[in-house]
Amino acid sequence: MRVLIPSALRSYTGERSWVDADGETLAEMLADLDRSYPGIRFRMVDEQHRIRRHIRIFCAGRQLPAIDASLGGADEVLIVQALSGG
Amino acid sequence: MTTSTQERKAGRRVLLVATRKGAWIFHDEGAGQGWRADGPHFLGHVISHLVLDPRDRRTLLAAARTGHLGPTIFRSTDWGRRWHEAERPPAFRQEEGGRTVDHVFWLTPAHPAEADVWYAGTSPQGLFRSEDGGRRWAPFSSINDDPDFRRWMGTVQDGTPDGPKLHSIVVDPRDPRRLYVAMSGGGVHESRDGGASFSPLLDGLDVVEGFDRSDPTFHDPHCIRLCPTNPDRLYQQNHCGIYRLDRPSSRWQRIGKSMPVEVGDVGFPMVVHPRDDRTAWVFPMDASSVWPRTSPDGRPAVYRTRDAGDCWQRLDHGLPAAQAWWTVKRQAMAADDREPVGLVFGTTSGELWESGDEGESWRCLARHLPEVYAVEFGWREAGAD
Repeated sequence: MRVLIPSALRSYTGERSWVDADGETLAEMLADLDRSYPGIRFRMVDEQHRIRRHIRIFCAGRQLPAIDASLGGADEVLIVQALSGG
Repeated sequence: MTTSTQERKAGRRVLLVATRKGAWIFHDEGAGQGWRADGPHFLGHVISHLVLDPRDRRTLLAAARTGHLGPTIFRSTDWGRRWHEAERPPAFRQEEGGRTVDHVFWLTPAHPAEADVWYAGTSPQGLFRSEDGGRRWAPFSSINDDPDFRRWMGTVQDGTPDGPKLHSIVVDPRDPRRLYVAMSGGGVHESRDGGASFSPLLDGLDVVEGFDRSDPTFHDPHCIRLCPTNPDRLYQQNHCGIYRLDRPSSRWQRIGKSMPVEVGDVGFPMVVHPRDDRTAWVFPMDASSVWPRTSPDGRPAVYRTRDAGDCWQRLDHGLPAAQAWWTVKRQAMAADDREPVGLVFGTTSGELWESGDEGESWRCLARHLPEVYAVEFGWREAGAD
C-alpha cells in the first residue's frame, strides 16, 4: 500500500511524501515502515504502543484509534500531523 | 588576562546553545574576534540539552523532540554537519498503563574512565544510560520502576510547567559508582553503588509550608552542582532556597538567607567555579505571590558568593538596569574553566549574555534567539574540523 508521510517525518524517507509499506494491521504496517526507515515508528508511537498525541492516522476515510486496527486491505494510509501539535 | 598557553593546548572554546526552536553552536574565534554562530541546527525542534563529550571533544549529543513527534537523541561527531538519530532512544519499559517519555531533558557524560557511557534524565522522571556513545539507551537503575520512587515522583500535575523532570545527574570524579540525581519533584538522591540503588539526600532542605519535609514527594531541587576540585562539596538551587552540602555530612546548609531580602534566594540555575569551591553563581527570580518567574523588579542580576555562601555580591554591570522581565532556566547558565572564569547565561527572551571576568561585567553576545533552554561550554580540539 501507499503511505502518506507528513512533512515532519520526511527526513526519514529521503523527503519522499509517499512510500510503500505492507501489513494487515496498522501495527504490521508501522513495523514494515520502520524496517525501511529505522526510527520512524518511535516518533509516531510511544513505548506503550500508543499513537502519539499529535499524530493522526487515517485509512479509508476513518481515523485509526490504535495500532491494532485492521487496515482492511486498503490501498492507502494517510499519516498526518494534528493541528494541535504545531 | 586569560591563560593563552593553556588555551592553545586545550583548543578552541565552543558554546552550545539549546533552545525551544533549535540549537546553535557558537565557536570562539580567539584573539578577541568574538563568537561565530553556527545554526540553527534542528530548526523547529525543541532542543532541551546539547552537550559535548569532554572525553573525546568531538561527540555531540542533542536531546530533541518536536511538537508532533516523540522524543529522541541525535549524535554528531563532525560538529553538526551530520546528525545521526539514536537507534534506540530512551523509553520506559512496556507495561500495562506504563509511562511514556515526553522528552529527554538532561544529558551527562559519565566518568572519564567509562568512555562512551552517558546518562539521560527525562520528563516524566526517568533515568537512562547508554554504553555506546548515545546510540542505544536503556532504563538504568531501579528508579524508573521502584514503587517508592514512583510515588515520590507524583503525577504530571505535580511537576513543573513543562513537565516533571529528572535532572542534575552528577558523577563523582573520584568514583564512577557515586552518583547524584535530582527530581522536580521528588528530591535529591545519592547512589554509592553505581546506580544499583539510590537513597534520598534531603536532610536540612525546606519544603513549602505545611508539608512533610521527610517525604521526598514535596522536595523540588532546581539544580545541583558538584565542585570539580572538591567533590565533597555540592551546591543546590532549590524551590525553597540556596543550599550547600559538605560530605560526608548528609545535612544541607541553607546559604541563601544571606541574599538580599528583596531579591530572595529562589531561582533555577546554579554554577560553580572550576577551581575554587567557595565560589558559585546564581540567577535569582521573582518567586513572590503567583511566582512570576521574572527577574526581581525587572532588574536582572547574577549573584556570586566567594565564601561558600556567607555573603553574596550583586553582579549587574552591563545588564539592563530596568524593565527586563526575562529570567534564566536551570540549564541555561554555565561556566568555563578559563582564568578568569568565563560565564554565559541564556534568557527566556532569547538573549545570550557573557562575562569574561567571573561576572564582574556582562555583554550581550546574541539577541533574538528562541527561548534558551540550556547552554554548555566545551573545548574543541585545536585544528579539528
